[in-house]
Amino acid sequence: MQQSEYSGIAETAAFRELVRRKRAFLVPTVVFVLLFFIVLPILSIFTDVLDGKVIGAISWAYLYAFAQFFLAWVVTFIYWRKANRWDELARKAREEVSGGEENSA
Amino acid sequence: MNVTASVFFAAIVAVTLGITYWASKRNKSTSDHYVAGKGITGWQNGLAITGDFVSVGGFLGITGAIALQGFNGFYLSYGIPIAFLLVLLVVAEPMRNLGKYTVGDVITSRFGTGSVRAIAAVNTLLISIVYMISQFVGAGALIQLLLGINYNVAVLIIGVLASVYILAGGMLATTWIQIFKAVLLLSGTFLLLLLVLSRFDFNPVAVFDETAATLGDGAVIPSDYGGLIANLDVLSITIAVALGPVGLPHVLMRFLTVPDARTARSSVAVASVFMGLFFILLPILGYGAAIYVGQAEISAANPAGNLAAPQLSEALGGDLLLAFIAAVSFATLLAVMAGIVIAASGAFAHDLYTNVWRGGQATDREQLRAARVAAGAICVIGLLLALGAQGFNLAFLATLAFAMAASANLPAILLTIYWRRFNLTGAVSGMVAGLVSSVGLVLISPNLLGESAIFPFTNPALVSIPIGFLASYLGTVLSSENREGHTPYEEIYVRSNVGSGEA
Repeated sequence: MQQSEYSGIAETAAFRELVRRKRAFLVPTVVFVLLFFIVLPILSIFTDVLDGKVIGAISWAYLYAFAQFFLAWVVTFIYWRKANRWDELARKAREEVSGGEENSA
Repeated sequence: MNVTASVFFAAIVAVTLGITYWASKRNKSTSDHYVAGKGITGWQNGLAITGDFVSVGGFLGITGAIALQGFNGFYLSYGIPIAFLLVLLVVAEPMRNLGKYTVGDVITSRFGTGSVRAIAAVNTLLISIVYMISQFVGAGALIQLLLGINYNVAVLIIGVLASVYILAGGMLATTWIQIFKAVLLLSGTFLLLLLVLSRFDFNPVAVFDETAATLGDGAVIPSDYGGLIANLDVLSITIAVALGPVGLPHVLMRFLTVPDARTARSSVAVASVFMGLFFILLPILGYGAAIYVGQAEISAANPAGNLAAPQLSEALGGDLLLAFIAAVSFATLLAVMAGIVIAASGAFAHDLYTNVWRGGQATDREQLRAARVAAGAICVIGLLLALGAQGFNLAFLATLAFAMAASANLPAILLTIYWRRFNLTGAVSGMVAGLVSSVGLVLISPNLLGESAIFPFTNPALVSIPIGFLASYLGTVLSSENREGHTPYEEIYVRSNVGSGEA
C-alpha cells in the first residue's frame, strides 16, 4: 500500500467512524479497568476494610479478587462483540480507497 | 528414582519430539520458522498463549504461596486477568497489524532506524534471558527432586530439548507443544480440583470455611506483609504482574502467528477464559494442600512452598497422580522455554543479524540459518547462566522479567502505537531508561546486596515503570529532531487500526 492510500483511508468517513467508536469505548474502559485493579492491592495491603468475611469464610478481599476475573471476562466479551462489528468499518475504509478491489491490494 | 514419574517424563519428551518431527517437515521458510507462516487459528493460538504464559512459577509457585500465606499469596494471580484484558484492548491487534516477526519490528515500523531496532532487540534478549533462567532454575530443581537427577544434568537436558524444538520445528512446533501443555495443565488442575472438592460435597465455600477453621482467619483475609517497605514491595510486584505481560516479548510474538487482527482478538479471548479459570481456581488447590498435606510438611519440602501441588496430588491420589502432576509441570517448563527461546532468537537473528548487521539484505536461506544458530546460542547462554543461578529464587527472577518488560518495552510499544508526537529520541531514551533503571535497581537491591542494599525493594517495577514512561515523554518533548526517515504517524495510525491490507 502506498503512502497516499494511507492518507486516503484516514480521510474516509468509515475510518473516522471506526476510530471514533474505538476511542469512545477504549479510553473510559481502560481507565476504569486500571482503577478497578489498583484499588484492590492498595486496600488489601494497606487497610483492613476488606478483612470482613462475607460468604462463609470468603473475605471481601477474595470477593474483590474474584471480581477482577469476572470483570476481565465481561469486558473481553463486550469488546470482542463490538470489535467484530467494527471490522466492517475497517473493510469499508480500505475498499473506499482501493476502489473495491480489496483482494488485489 | 521414581519409576512412574520417569515413565511419564519420557512420554512427555516423546510427544514433544514427535510434534517437533512433524513440524520440521513444514518448517521451510523464515516466516514458517518465526510465525508458523501466520497460519495459526484463534482457538489454537488462544490455547498456545495459555501454554506460553502459564509458567511453572504460576502453577507451583502460586499454589504454594496460597498454601503457606493464604490470601497474601494470591497477589501473584489476580493481576493476570487484568494483564490479558489490557493486552486485548491495547496491544494485540496493533501488534499484529504492525509487526512481522518481533517486537523490534513494531517500533521500527515507525522510526525506521537500526539504532531503535538494536535497542529493542537487546531489551527482548535481556528480558527473555532473565525469564529463561527462572524457568531453568525451576526445571532443574523439579527434575532433581522427582527423578533424582543432578541439577546440572537436568538443566542440560532441558536446554538440549528446547534447542531441538526450535532448531527443527520453529514456531509451528512451539505452538503445538504449548497447546499440548495447556491441555495437560488444565486437565491436571481440574482433576486436582475435583479431588479436593469431592471431599467437601463440591461446595467451594466449604474449602474456605475448613481453612479458616483449621488455620485461623489469617489464612483467608489479607494481612500485613511486615512493614511499609515489605508492603510497597508487594504492591510493586502486583503492578509488575498486571503490566508486564503487555510488554513481554514471547507473549506479544504469539500475535504475529495469526492471519489477521480479528484472529488475534479471538485468540486473547480464548486465552483469557482458560487462563482466568486456571488462576481463579488456585486458592482451592493451595488450601487443599494446606489442609491435606499441612503447612509444616509443605515448607519442609521447599521453603517457598513450590512443591505444594505435587505433595497435594500425592496425598489425594498416590504415586500415580504425583507422577502425572510432576509430568504436567515438566511439560509446562518445556513449553514456556520453547516460547522464550524463539522470541529471543528472533531478536538476535531477525533484528540484530538480518536487519541491523546485514541491512535487511539477507536471503531467506541465510535468515533461516541465522535463526537456527541464534536459537542454539540462546539456549547455551541461558543454560550456562542457569548453572550459576541455582541459588536464586524462582519467583524473584520471573517477576523481575515482568518488571523489565513493563519498564523497558511497554512505554515504547504503547507510545509508538498511540502517541502522535512520540519520536525517535523519546523511544530510545524510554527503552534505555526503562531497562537501565529496572536492572540497575535490582543490582543495588536486597536480592544481591542483602542487608547493605541501597534500594529497599526486591522488585523495581514501582519505580522503574514511571521512569520508563517519563523518559519516553521527556526525550520526546525536549528533543527537536527533524522527522525525515520517520514513517508518518498517520500511516502507523491507519495500519494499526485497519491492517496493511495484506491478508
